[in-house]
Amino acid sequence: MSAPIIEMRNIEKHFGPVIALGGVSFDVRSGECHCLLGDNGAGKSTFIKTMSGVHKPSHGTMVVEGQEVVFDSPRDAMAAGIATVYQDLAMIPLMSVTRNFWMGREPEKGFGPFKTIDFAKANEVTMREMARMGINLREPEQAVGTLSGGERQTVAIARAVYFGAKVLILDEPTSALGVRQTANVLATIDRVRKAGIGIVFITHNVRHAMAVGDRFTVLNRGKTLGTAVRGEITAEALQDLMAGGQELAVLESSLGGTV
Amino acid sequence: MTDERLMPVSSLRRAMIRPELGAICGVILVFAFFLMVAGDSGMFAPAGFQNWLVVSAQFAIIAVGACLLMIAGEFDLSVGSMIGFAGVIAAILTVQWGLPAWLAILVTFAVCIGLGAINGLLVIRTGLPSFIVTLAFLYILRGLTIWLSILTTRQTIIGGVREAAEGDWIAALFGGVIFKGFFQWLGDIGLLTTFTRGARAGQPVVEGVPMLIVWAIGLIIFGHWLLARTRFGNWIFASGGDAQAARYVGVPVNRVKVLMFMFTAFCATVFAMCQVMEFGSAAADRGLLKEFEAIICVVIGGALLTGGYGSVIGAALGALIFGVVQQGLFFAGAESSLFRVFLGTILILAVIMNTYIRRLITGER
Repeated sequence: MSAPIIEMRNIEKHFGPVIALGGVSFDVRSGECHCLLGDNGAGKSTFIKTMSGVHKPSHGTMVVEGQEVVFDSPRDAMAAGIATVYQDLAMIPLMSVTRNFWMGREPEKGFGPFKTIDFAKANEVTMREMARMGINLREPEQAVGTLSGGERQTVAIARAVYFGAKVLILDEPTSALGVRQTANVLATIDRVRKAGIGIVFITHNVRHAMAVGDRFTVLNRGKTLGTAVRGEITAEALQDLMAGGQELAVLESSLGGTV
Repeated sequence: MTDERLMPVSSLRRAMIRPELGAICGVILVFAFFLMVAGDSGMFAPAGFQNWLVVSAQFAIIAVGACLLMIAGEFDLSVGSMIGFAGVIAAILTVQWGLPAWLAILVTFAVCIGLGAINGLLVIRTGLPSFIVTLAFLYILRGLTIWLSILTTRQTIIGGVREAAEGDWIAALFGGVIFKGFFQWLGDIGLLTTFTRGARAGQPVVEGVPMLIVWAIGLIIFGHWLLARTRFGNWIFASGGDAQAARYVGVPVNRVKVLMFMFTAFCATVFAMCQVMEFGSAAADRGLLKEFEAIICVVIGGALLTGGYGSVIGAALGALIFGVVQQGLFFAGAESSLFRVFLGTILILAVIMNTYIRRLITGER
């Protein structure tokens, strides 16, 4: 297997007296989908925010392509090729697809103080990249609010890929979606992985993880419970790890194994 | 993956459905109305034209600032007080302290833009709604204006500014008219009515284009270009649309918001300087209620009160509606208190229509 693009070693994060992460190690290789599973409050959000430069770890080191790094802001992480697609903050619904796609990195033309956005280029690239992800837009000026939830996630993913992401962190991309849209997003993940990008797929839905994951890491109460490779672990075992074992076992028997 | 349930969109519909549509309809309605009730009152003669254009331009100057700020997701309720404050500061500096007019004007701009920055930084640092922070400044600035004016001159009106600013080229940017020669020529060839009697016999009834209108047009063009065409404009939309999502992709949201507060203060100061040069005096009660009038123009123009959506052209059309209604009722000989009834009605109708249009465009439910 190839060397990891990003390696998180023994990451700890404290918020005052609260230990949100108590020594988490995690790595992503190019072209793999590494699923990070955990129940609510397990520390998934804190962990990916650390990875994407929103939080600074209290202890531990981050290594990107063999170099130790410290991110001061999400901008630094983006410059290092780590892009994050947040669940509900991916897009601004009032703005057009093009304006969202290029937000923060608008292509410009003209000189000095008279620079304007190069809308011809921006629209063309947006249409092309969306088509590559399997979405044919009616027009690039249409507002993101007119797209479905899955399509919005796809715009965000296409944007990250276009801007040269090496690692793509997806924060619960499927949790608010219907069956068909989930399938579309999972297909997009597969497409992006084949392009050689490493994917961190955060979810608490084991079935979605099993559908595309190459490796699985389970977080529970701020700690990792180990990493498993595809084929070595069953969905039931993952589910069990996520809930920390006992309680769910009791619940599950009373619900007839449907959770 | 095109959805077969989406109806094809005709190009006519696409051209029609835009944020300014409500304001465009409003303008047509208002003009049709006043052409009917006041068509022969001189409202649409050259002097009448100038009358309501100047009033509309006043609204437009502050509406452009308020529009960009509102799209960036913030309010400024201190605009009216800032107008009074800027005028009095400039007047005290020239008349009382004897500073040359150009220096006084530059200092006034610096002080007011600085106050705009304080407004913005307070909003950003405290995380309080700008509604509250600028409401506080509405009172603070108005109080300071009256106090400073009485402290230095023992009255609330400071005159003599025009004399002090005589021949000053920066002061001339805010007062007087341009294209005098062109309008004289229009008068000479008979395209423009001229005075037939009195000291100004032979001169055209409209002397030229007032600087107020030049500023309004300049600010509208600049504001529209900035918002619709530039990278910074995209950041304005993003900051108001969803500040957190914008931050995550690296948009400097705080900087954008503070700059927009400063720009709003700049617009208020331009308004104040034009008014001071026109009247030749400053008064502590100038600019009362202007903050709300600016917001009304912007909202009639299709902007969303909570930010992230709107257009400068719309705000300018809102200002035009406002000016035409205010002066039109005067030309129509209507009771002047009816102005507010009319305005309130237009506001409600415009907002209902704008909400409907916005839902069509953005897919909001």
